[in-house]
Amino acid sequence: MKNKQMININNVTYEYKSEDENLVAIKDLSLDIKQGEFIVIIGHNGSGKSTLAKHMNALLLPTEGIVEVKGMDTQDEKHTWDIRQIAGMVFQNPDNQIVGTIVEEDVAFGPENLGVKREEIIERVESSLSLVGMDAYRFKAPHLLSGGQKQRIAIAGIIAMRPDCIILDEPTAMLDPEGRREVMKTIKKLNKEEKITIIHITHFMEEAVDADRVIVMEDSKIVIQGKPREVFKQVEKLKKLGLDVPQVTELAYVLSKEGINIPADVLTVDEMVMKICQLR
Amino acid sequence: MLKDITIGQHYPTGSVIHKLDPRTKIIAVFVFILTLFLVENFMAYGFIAIFVICCIRIAKIPIKYIIKGLKPLTFIILFTLVINSFMIAGEIIISIGPLNITEEGLYQGTFMAVRLIMLVIGTSLLTLTTSPITLTDGIESLLNPFKKIGVPAHELAMMMTIALRFIPTLLEETDKIMKAQMARGADFESGSLIKRSKSLVPLLVPLFISAFRRADDLAMAMEARCYRGGEGRTRMKELKYFKRDFLAIAVVLSLFAVLYLM
Repeated sequence: MKNKQMININNVTYEYKSEDENLVAIKDLSLDIKQGEFIVIIGHNGSGKSTLAKHMNALLLPTEGIVEVKGMDTQDEKHTWDIRQIAGMVFQNPDNQIVGTIVEEDVAFGPENLGVKREEIIERVESSLSLVGMDAYRFKAPHLLSGGQKQRIAIAGIIAMRPDCIILDEPTAMLDPEGRREVMKTIKKLNKEEKITIIHITHFMEEAVDADRVIVMEDSKIVIQGKPREVFKQVEKLKKLGLDVPQVTELAYVLSKEGINIPADVLTVDEMVMKICQLR
Repeated sequence: MLKDITIGQHYPTGSVIHKLDPRTKIIAVFVFILTLFLVENFMAYGFIAIFVICCIRIAKIPIKYIIKGLKPLTFIILFTLVINSFMIAGEIIISIGPLNITEEGLYQGTFMAVRLIMLVIGTSLLTLTTSPITLTDGIESLLNPFKKIGVPAHELAMMMTIALRFIPTLLEETDKIMKAQMARGADFESGSLIKRSKSLVPLLVPLFISAFRRADDLAMAMEARCYRGGEGRTRMKELKYFKRDFLAIAVVLSLFAVLYLM
């Protein structure tokens, strides 16, 4: 199961065309994502990560190269809607992606578009809302909820379409720490319990710690890729790119530079505590 | 103050009126508006007022909430009253300089003001008791027969849903921009009418820009959720008439027939 291909991106280039100049957002980029993976993409604004995300569900079509979702070419218009059902997308601003004026109506929007039968829509709305822990808010108006809650509603709206994969384009960028925690907990739960492939784009390095794979983008390309431990170990390289590492990792890095015997790939506070206790 | 606007807001209480089919309510409001314009005596208006108050009570919406919704319209209502009182010729009660308040004018002015208030309360009852999506479902379903002659029923309904959905969001945003501009010394409150409308420019420009950005984002999000028009779309909530709908229509129609004949 885990080795099945979910998304294949082969030598994709994408240019934003405007009248006076062409802006290359992705340059000759290749990436394979397997079913069930939890991938975190980090990088600067303008590094091309949002553009890349929009290729994964046919919102943008590559200028050159091929994007395949479960073997379906995104260029093929026949498959557009199947692809968007398989690869759901959650955006940055929770206010700008909620269509319904009542929580349950918004969650039902996706399945309604897919032409799902009435009874099943109701069932899906219920199960999706309970999955994100928002069942108590089913009949509330979304604009009265907190940012984290709104974002969880948006996630529920995607889950109700029964996707295999969810792409989250900086879903935590506009949230307070509490909302960020809620959303991250939900995302991890979806990956672990529902086996949904997650592609999570973020600015917060702490959110990348539990990923299966971290991808660092810079200047339209992938520059570092690997397990969180391998990626964050390269503190200097990341700093050079102007990116942060998780605070604990940075601490470990600084300590080891001072000659204290701590490995540079510590990712969590607990691990750090263990390592420090083992010092003598 | 912007938060006080209750027009277009939904106030869910789960009452019988909330449960009525939206088409029933739309037809009822239509009849209600028609009656307001056809009936021309105070007695009948008294009955209409009683009817409206009954509806509010049955819908379990606090009267305070309704009155709050009228506040932004105070000016228009007063304006109607004053203009009518001065402008209509007849028996003079009080004269202030060259201006005369006439009995007929006062009568007509009060009448117009009451009509306006009823109109606003009646229509806002519709939106208060019906969630915008159900409301637009109702409009869509009522417009469906006209699809054949080219009325884009689904598109209209979707546009209305989105407009209603974004009213609170944009109001909040207006409030925020207003405060931000005020913090930088913008003055929205003093000066002549022209000066004040000019001072709205720094409010409206960012508001419009942000609204367009939101529209762009929303279109993208809707497409990502497989929205492709009304074709082949199913509904979680199907509209269905119940006994109570027929009852409600019967009550409204007979009441207004009686008033009209009075």
